[in-house]
Amino acid sequence: MTALIEMRDIVKVYPNGVVANDRVNFSIERGEIHALVGENGAGKTTLMKILYGMEQPTSGQIFLDGKAQHFRSSHDAIAAGIGMVHQNFMLVPSFTVAENVVLGQEPTRRGFIEAKRATEITEQLAQQYGLRVEADAIVDSINVGMRQRVEILKTLYRGAQILILDEPTAVLTPQETQELFNAVHALVQQGKTVIFITHKLREVKEISDRVSVMRGGKMMGTLPTVEATREGLARMMVGRDVFLTVNKPPCKRGKRVMEVRDLSYITETGRTMLHKVSFNIYAGEILGIAGVEGNGQTELVEVLTGLRSAASGEARIGGKVVTNRTPREVRMASVAHIPEDRLTNGLALTASIDENLIVDRYFLPPYRKGLVIDYKQVESMGRELIKKFDIRTPTGKLPVNSLSGGNMQKVIVAREFSSSPELLIAAQPTRGIDVGATEFIRDQLVQKRTEGTAILLVSADLAEVMSLSDRIIVLYEGEITGVFPDASKVSEEEIGLYMLGLRRQTREEMEAYL
Amino acid sequence: MSFDHILKAIFSALFLANILRISTPLILPALGGLVTDLAGATNIALEGIMLVAAFTGVVVSAYTKSVTAGILCGILSGVLISALLAYFYLYLKTDVFLAGIAINIMATGGTIFLLYILTGDKGNSSKLASGMAPIVHIPLIKDIPFLGTVLSGHNIFTYAAFLLTWLVAIFLYRTPLGTHLRAAGENPEAAATLGIDVKQTQLIAFLMSGFLASLGGLNLSMAYLTLFQREMTAGRGFIALAAVYLGGRKPWGTLIAAMIFGFADALSNQLASLEIPSQLVQSIPYVVTIIALVVYALQKRAQLIERTRRFQERELAKSGGGATGS
Repeated sequence: MTALIEMRDIVKVYPNGVVANDRVNFSIERGEIHALVGENGAGKTTLMKILYGMEQPTSGQIFLDGKAQHFRSSHDAIAAGIGMVHQNFMLVPSFTVAENVVLGQEPTRRGFIEAKRATEITEQLAQQYGLRVEADAIVDSINVGMRQRVEILKTLYRGAQILILDEPTAVLTPQETQELFNAVHALVQQGKTVIFITHKLREVKEISDRVSVMRGGKMMGTLPTVEATREGLARMMVGRDVFLTVNKPPCKRGKRVMEVRDLSYITETGRTMLHKVSFNIYAGEILGIAGVEGNGQTELVEVLTGLRSAASGEARIGGKVVTNRTPREVRMASVAHIPEDRLTNGLALTASIDENLIVDRYFLPPYRKGLVIDYKQVESMGRELIKKFDIRTPTGKLPVNSLSGGNMQKVIVAREFSSSPELLIAAQPTRGIDVGATEFIRDQLVQKRTEGTAILLVSADLAEVMSLSDRIIVLYEGEITGVFPDASKVSEEEIGLYMLGLRRQTREEMEAYL
Repeated sequence: MSFDHILKAIFSALFLANILRISTPLILPALGGLVTDLAGATNIALEGIMLVAAFTGVVVSAYTKSVTAGILCGILSGVLISALLAYFYLYLKTDVFLAGIAINIMATGGTIFLLYILTGDKGNSSKLASGMAPIVHIPLIKDIPFLGTVLSGHNIFTYAAFLLTWLVAIFLYRTPLGTHLRAAGENPEAAATLGIDVKQTQLIAFLMSGFLASLGGLNLSMAYLTLFQREMTAGRGFIALAAVYLGGRKPWGTLIAAMIFGFADALSNQLASLEIPSQLVQSIPYVVTIIALVVYALQKRAQLIERTRRFQERELAKSGGGATGS
């Protein structure tokens, strides 16, 4: 039997000379869930964009059911039954779910849109594939999981037989991920074929029938998932063993660095996101915050770093209050911050790498000379940090947005680590970056902590929190519901119960460990 | 004139008719502003488009002795100006505000310049025998007391304004093109991935906007007055933009907002007979604009709070239900 999709000898060379795909062969069987893994920049997204008609291959051929295809644009691919759910949702927020599903191909009668039919179509598709949505809800008011289902429905409405999901779980909670997996299984049962791009090897094992690994623009191989181990896949991705369990020397807890007392935060719309949160952070430890996203982690980090004002309570460093101060005052109190969203809060995208590296200290000597910045100093500092933190760039003069996600994150890490902080607040430090950079950053965090820095780690990746932290706090609906003084002695399942609010410790139980 | 008289005057049929008459040159450009705004671009040149259309209408009607020719050429000139802005913005990628302001300045200076060349006068076109748009007396309704005075006897532009509000509403919410226009404005990337030509859709929006604003300009010079005066738009193109936001970016909301401004304008005309400094009275429409925008901002905030609250309740109800279920 011929494969459903056969991509043969695909080469893609971008005008700037980057070889994104180098003689890639890729084949998909009908009705399978095929995971496509690889580091950032390995060429998976390029390969999928070629399949989806968004990019044209420099050479190579695509066969669908054995017939050669030429996709000049996404239209041709859509017409051939290929649909893609992008990482960033492509929805119109003020439109209803149904309007989004039919957008561009609205059912009409005499030139007018039939809103009722659109709703019926959406509900019928949702029913058929078990993708629970509210057809008449405004997209703006629905949660991320449902938005993703709307995206899938959009491709199904356009007759997709083959669905490409580009890192679909990156934005989902564990429950939503499970729901997505169920939906994917339902799709396959009804004859669809799914290509699932992911970073997370755990998901590969859980969902896929076969897995293909890409590295540096080349296809490293395809194998049945049952024959793949996480370590083996990681080796194929980066070509060496990646430590998935962190080796770290025992924790030597030093003095108390930060003291947080009864901290509350209320949004301007009156929603309480943090309620009387109290804890201490000590030198030489990594304090991990576990929790399903949206339970106050973002707000906690932003209050502690001066980006938001606390409603009540305070945080002190060495007796000095740092809440409701400007971010610069907080930084001058020896706090460093790796923000969760590197693109909006972490970097000035069009400024150079060098400039981004000194943006927290340009006003201090030796970078300042009189009223101007001494660019010689900036450049030499840039060279040093680029080397030390392995930022892959020919020069620090390039704008930071010329880097890949992982290298952008390294720029932030380089800046924050080199300010020799007493307290480092790291929010989602490895989100959406490749395995190599992830390993590097985790390594750096552990090293800093061993050198005596206090680290507050917030991550949506529970495995990361569990393997890096010395002590763990669970946030649930803006409150601390559990504290685990020794992170190595608690299981993922147990923490999960606290994260989901099914279990909580009493104030007295927690007191001694906060 | 006492305050009592003013009150009586305000509640008279004539005053209500006045509001309709005065609102017309606000409603039409506001609809134009709405269409471009929803398509994702601000047509900052409404003012200039109105001015050019007003001028062209007067001049062409004076030379051809044809009101129809004047109106058609006026529309054409406004649409061309709008197309020029769209070309700068969509195809040459200039900043829409800079290009729009340039067009407004060019329109102000250009109309005065051409007026001087044609008539030797820099102030107005009273030397040209220009035409006047027809006035419609609605059969039956015109004979009803009060209602007849309010609703009948307006120029065609006033009726067109209401008819067009209805048509624009249908276009935006019931037709594929209107829906694509709104989608292109809100999430151009999403629209593009679904095969909608965003640039072309925005160009159409600019052309429609030019058409609607031109009618507003023509209304000023061929109905409201029957001559062209330098700078006769007096900021209406900008007040129209305010009306778009105050009206919640909806066609009928925009119409109502424009009429609130029309009311303020009519009121200031009425109050001119009182012994209040005229500068204060004349500032009423502009003060109302500012107050209206503040009210709009507060209202928007209240809506957001309300929406968040409802969302929260729903989520809580859901998670509560889930817990008992499991």
